[in-house]
Amino acid sequence: MKKSKRSKIIFGKRVDVFFSDVYEACRFVLLFFKEGFIRPFHFKEIVHQTYEVGIKSLPLITLTGFIVGMVFTKQARPSLEDFGATSWLPSLMGIAIIKALGPLVTALICAGKVGSSIGAELGSMKVTEQIEAMEVSSTNPFKYLVVTRIWATTISVTILVFYCSFVGLMGSYSNVHAEDTSSILTFFQNAFSTITFLDVFSMVFKSVIYGFTIGAVGCFKGYNATQGTRGVGKAANQAVVLSMFLIFIEEVLVVQVAHWIRYF
Amino acid sequence: MDSLLLTYMEKLQKHTINRDEPVISIEGLYKSFEHLDVLQGIDFTLYKGENVAVLGKSGTGKSVLIKIIVGLLKPDSGSVIALGKHVDKLKRKELDELRLRIGFSFQNSALYDGMNVYQNLAFPLEMNKKNLSKKQLDTAVESVLDAVGLLNKINQMPSDLSGGQRKRIGIARTLILQPEIMLYDEPTAGLDPITSTEIIDLINNVQHRFNTSSIIITHDLTCAKNTSDRIAMLHKGKFIKVGTFDEVFDTEEVHLKEFYNYNFIQ
Repeated sequence: MKKSKRSKIIFGKRVDVFFSDVYEACRFVLLFFKEGFIRPFHFKEIVHQTYEVGIKSLPLITLTGFIVGMVFTKQARPSLEDFGATSWLPSLMGIAIIKALGPLVTALICAGKVGSSIGAELGSMKVTEQIEAMEVSSTNPFKYLVVTRIWATTISVTILVFYCSFVGLMGSYSNVHAEDTSSILTFFQNAFSTITFLDVFSMVFKSVIYGFTIGAVGCFKGYNATQGTRGVGKAANQAVVLSMFLIFIEEVLVVQVAHWIRYF
Repeated sequence: MDSLLLTYMEKLQKHTINRDEPVISIEGLYKSFEHLDVLQGIDFTLYKGENVAVLGKSGTGKSVLIKIIVGLLKPDSGSVIALGKHVDKLKRKELDELRLRIGFSFQNSALYDGMNVYQNLAFPLEMNKKNLSKKQLDTAVESVLDAVGLLNKINQMPSDLSGGQRKRIGIARTLILQPEIMLYDEPTAGLDPITSTEIIDLINNVQHRFNTSSIIITHDLTCAKNTSDRIAMLHKGKFIKVGTFDEVFDTEEVHLKEFYNYNFIQ
């Protein structure tokens, strides 16, 4: 067979695999919307997973959020000083953290920490027949494992975004306070002075979408893992890569939509 | 519930096979995966109170057969009637109801890693019998653990158990739902001869104590001989011979001879 013909066949197969993956992913998400709003809700498991995702991510979110806020303030100060506009620093940080950094940093950390853990956990359950064991004992594994985890990531990422934004602003304040002597109240008043309802709404909306994406991608990759232990590692890895990729795309889309709404 | 369960657990019924009462009937069953034909026309009946061992080399479709029976896989054609229900035609809710009456013991036990032994056993009950009190749950779990002789492992994690203990807990987890049919997938695979004998005793004990009907998937002739009333030999997707152990292996059939000669019979 000619090399060009073989390449065409390989390319064709890859396109075929890509579209069948997209189809499966869409079915998976639709199944969530079908199963996610009907009884039983497994509240106990949702609370347990929310704890696993939320509380256990707190140390990392705290550290990262604080450092991002502090470093960003430190980096922004010289540029503002050139224009004699250092008093705008709290407002700038408010915009940067609430509108972009808080949601994005939280989502990326959760994608790395939570997405991989969900992918690996469900992947390992899949290859060791634990999911089938659940099914033969008359328990809907999709509802118990997938739906609960997606709800948990959606809820906890949304809460974590608020927390990360607050910690980021505290980090920023620590730097502002070290250079100028401003009170925390003044700092926060200035930081929120330029924040509108649309900004907060867009932050919450993004957080919900990011949380959903992290949960759905992690569960999809884990739930469909194959090829034994190798497949588990692959599922965990793909869960992180794909959810980060989707988070960036979603960020661009939401910012663009918010921009249109603002100027409409 | 606990009195019901205790009655169930404690009643010792005489092991009798009722040939007028089939619990599983399979007709013309075909199943293939892409280009691989796994099952090619299976006809089979399991009667109430009977243990049947399905023998065959690895990859002949033994596990596929029991996964079809319990509705984990869909057949390409043919019919499977379990406890009077057409398995492949059932809706989700009906299939769940049927699955409560069929116990499935997995080859690798498939215990939930994140739960301890108690939670593993309580999980199917919690999911299916919503109104059980904590005390009733405890009683049920302790009863089945006692039945498999591992009451002292109640708080251990699956990772702390040996292969044989994991198999026993896996069997206990299916018994807790009081099944009428037990499906064992390679119950002695990967176990040493002594632990295998313990599992064989447990399978017999389950049949005698709970009057279950069982299909035992294995390639271990010792297990097949000591646990089953009949043996079905699977070769290239078909049963080439079904009968008692002596009937099946008292033959000059090449595949059966070959299979027999490679096994050590106790």
